[in-house]
This record gives sequence, structure tokens and C-alpha cells, in this order.
Amino acid sequence: MRRRLTPYLLALPAWLWLAIFLVVPLAAMASVSTQTGNVIDGFQQTFTFANYTDAISRNSPQLLRSLWYGAAATVAMLVLGYPVAYWIAFKGGARKSVYLFLLLLPFFVSFVLRTISWGFLLADDGILFGTLKGWGLLPADFHVLATSFAVIAGLTYNWLPFMILPIYVGLERVDPRVIEASQDLYATKTTTFRKVVLPLSLPGVFAGVLMTFVPAVADPINAAVLGGTQNTMIGNIIQTEYLTNAQYPTASALSFTLMAVLLIGIFTYAKALGTENVLEAAAR
Amino acid sequence: MKNGGFLKLYTWLIIIWLSSPIAVMVLFGFNDKQSKSNTTWQGFTLKWYGKLFEIEGLTGALVNSLLIALAATVVTVVIGTMLGLALGRHRFRGQGATNFLVFAAISTPELVMGASLLSLFVSANLPRDAVTIIIAHVLFSLSFVTVTVRARVLTLDPSLEEAAKDLGASPWGTFRQVTLPAILPGVAAGGMLAFALSIDDYVVTSFVNGSTMTFPLWIVGSVKTGIPPQVNVMGTLIFGIGVLIAVANSIAARRRA
Repeated sequence: MRRRLTPYLLALPAWLWLAIFLVVPLAAMASVSTQTGNVIDGFQQTFTFANYTDAISRNSPQLLRSLWYGAAATVAMLVLGYPVAYWIAFKGGARKSVYLFLLLLPFFVSFVLRTISWGFLLADDGILFGTLKGWGLLPADFHVLATSFAVIAGLTYNWLPFMILPIYVGLERVDPRVIEASQDLYATKTTTFRKVVLPLSLPGVFAGVLMTFVPAVADPINAAVLGGTQNTMIGNIIQTEYLTNAQYPTASALSFTLMAVLLIGIFTYAKALGTENVLEAAAR
Repeated sequence: MKNGGFLKLYTWLIIIWLSSPIAVMVLFGFNDKQSKSNTTWQGFTLKWYGKLFEIEGLTGALVNSLLIALAATVVTVVIGTMLGLALGRHRFRGQGATNFLVFAAISTPELVMGASLLSLFVSANLPRDAVTIIIAHVLFSLSFVTVTVRARVLTLDPSLEEAAKDLGASPWGTFRQVTLPAILPGVAAGGMLAFALSIDDYVVTSFVNGSTMTFPLWIVGSVKTGIPPQVNVMGTLIFGIGVLIAVANSIAARRRA
């Protein structure tokens, strides 16, 4: 009898934690999102679903901008990261783990601090552009900070290793004999890559995109540190509505909208490029 | 071969790009700045290392971060290891739902997690302080520890535990002398991950901190007025300690192998 209870007793504390601090809060937020009122008189449940349409119509520029920045950064990470993963997986030799460690070095610095240091590098009169301007290589009014490019570059910078690692893991598993077989059958290097290596690496690409797109879209820090006032993302709006304006219903509605958009995005993406389809592509 | 040479150069360029902000952080910890902002190089000095703890708010925030990370790690490791054992070693009703919850906790965007916790704390009239920060940090680290421990448990041969029981060991004795030593690397890895996630977190913490300051929150708060060089020095020291631990760890692992 006691043995049968063991797994339940083991799981109980974590269950309680997840139920009280994940499930209940999400339910509380769902409830708050349709309430009306203000922080002084309190909020009443009025089932005002217009909170959603209001919040979305007022903040659609930021919502769309977040999706666009997240998508642009994810594509940039994919293009920049794939060759790195490829080279380490196939040509890294005995020093593979050293290269991976070097790629992970930034994670030993606080996320906030490395974003700010990245901003330092991009500063108008910072050590990079300031020096180039001093040499007359750049016009004096050249600037990168407070542009959409700076935010997308920051997002790309911060999550690039999360794109490289899953692709690396996928490529590492490719059986070298498959590549040899392709070459024995007189495929050129390009054909081997396009018809053999690339399809086999797609599950890794899939994982990498998931691991980078979701946090990039919802990130408030890069836009705040690198984007100035013209490039605010949905994360900044939610933070301000909650913490500065105490507009809990609006903020809750926005949070749910963000989560719904991301879930729909993930689902569509998984459907379009699901594991089965990836295998089919590999077989073709 | 030529192709490989180009890609090697490219890989190194990416590594240098990823590391360049670290170099900037370290460098500006040595900057003899005169004005309020610390963005232009004005000469080498070691004085910020001497004045490391002179900014009270910053020191307090760093101490808070360390204590919160320590507390959150202990709680997460205990309950996460228990859940990892339950999921990896046992078959029970509700296992699928439990796996789903673990996955949901990983895939909920940090922003939504922070916002929903604040909704709960506001509704329950709970004051926000270090305790609410620890609650939140345990929540977002829990799944990572669970998954790490579960993976380790799955590689463990169940006949070892049966042998211990056959030899008359109590369930607790079996756990302490057989199971725990075998899964310890997974528990330790999960613990380090939990500590790193906690000490680095800004987004979730910004919702549930009340007036308690942590290291990342303090840094973001001082962006507008200019980041003091002490922040760079602390970042440099944390970076150095982290890299040392990682390198020592991998050398120790290689010796054992």
C-alpha cells in the first residue's frame, strides 16, 4: 500500500506549486482580463470582453512590431547560426566541446548586463562608431541605437546560441555513412547538402526556431535598452500597463492575446513543418 | 577543404561577435571615467575594484540576488528531484497531465508568468517582497530540474535498487545509498541551472518584487542615469567565477571518465 502511494507523495509538492502558482494565476488573470474598475475603487467582474478588442486595437502597432522583430531576428539567427552548427558538427574534430563552450560564454554574463554592453558597442560615440567617425569613415550623424535594426540585432545576439545548439545536436546525429553513400552515388557536395544533410537537420532547426522565436517576441529588455522610444514592443506595453499604470484588466487581456498569438503561431508552424512532414521531405 | 577553412573563419567571427560585449563589460570596469556616463574610454584604473561595495543599493541588490537564488535553488532541487523521481521511476495516474504541466511551465512566456503571478498576488492581497520573488523563481526553474533529474533516472538500472532491497535495505536507505548517489550528477546540474536562471532573471522578477531590488533590476533601473563601473566589475567577477566553476567541472568529469 505504501509503495503504491510513493509516486503521489513524491509528486505532491511540485503539483501543489504548479497548481497554486501557475494554473491558479493564469485563471486569475483570465478573470481579471474581463473586469472593469480602477486600482483605487477596486475591480469588479463585469465580463467585459471588450477589454480584449480595446487592448488589441490600441496596441496593434506594438503587437505587430513584436511579431515582425521576433520573426526577423529568428530568420537572422537561422542564417547566421546554421553554418556555425554545420562546421562544428562536421569539422569541429576533437575540439567540438571547446567551440560549444566558447559559444556559451555570453551566458556567464547577466542577460541584462550583456544587452547593455551590446548597447555600449552600438552607442553613437562609443568605442566602435565613435572611433570610425573620428577617422572620418562614417558620417557624424550616423547612428544605430534607437532604430529597429538595433533591437533586431540585439534579439539576434541574445538568442543565437539557442538556435545553434539544437541544430548542432541534429547535425551531430547524422550518420556519416549516409553522406558517404550520397557521394558514392555521385552526388555533388551541393546536392548532398540539399538532399541529405539539410532534410535530416530540419528537426533541429524546428527546435531552434521554437526556442528563439517565443522569448524574442515577448522580450521587453532589448527594446527598452536598444530601441529608444520609437521601437517599443508588446512586452514593454504589458510591463507599463501592469507596473506603472496599474491597468490590470488591459494588461491581462494583452498578456492572454500575446500567449494566444504565440500558441497559434507555434501550432501552425508545427503543422506546416511537423516532424512527419520533415521525415517525408527527407525521404523524397 | 577550402570550404572548411572559410567556415572555420566564419565560426570564429561569430564567437568573437558573441564575446565582444563581454570584452566591453570587462574593459569598462577599468575605465577611469570622469563624467557621469561610462561610455567613452578615459584611461586605465583599478579604483573601481577598490570601491566595489561603495554603492549601497547595488551591493544590497547583489546580496539579495545571491540569497534569493540560494533559497530558490534549495526549494527547487528538493521538489524538482522528487517529481523527477516520480516521473522517471514510477507509473501512476495523472502522469500525462503532470508531464503536460511541466511542459506548460517551460513554454509559458516569462512575461505572462510574471503578469499572472502578479494578478494572483494582487487578488490575494499578498505583499510583494523577497518571498514572492522566491516563489516565482522556483516556479520557472522547477521544470528544468525535473526534466534533468528525470533524464538521469531513466538511465539508471532499476535492478540496482532491487538488489539493495533484497539485501535488506530500507526504502530510505536504498534512496540514500543507491539512488541518490547515482542521480547526483543530474541533481547537481539541475541545481546549477536553477541558480543561474534565478540570479539572471529580470522579466518575472520585475512583476513580483514589490520594493525588493535584485542585481538585474538595479542595473536596468540605473540605465537612464548611467551604469556605474562597479556594475561592470561585479559582472566581470561573476563571469570569472562562473567560467572557473565550469572549467573545473569539465576537468573533474574528464578525470572521472
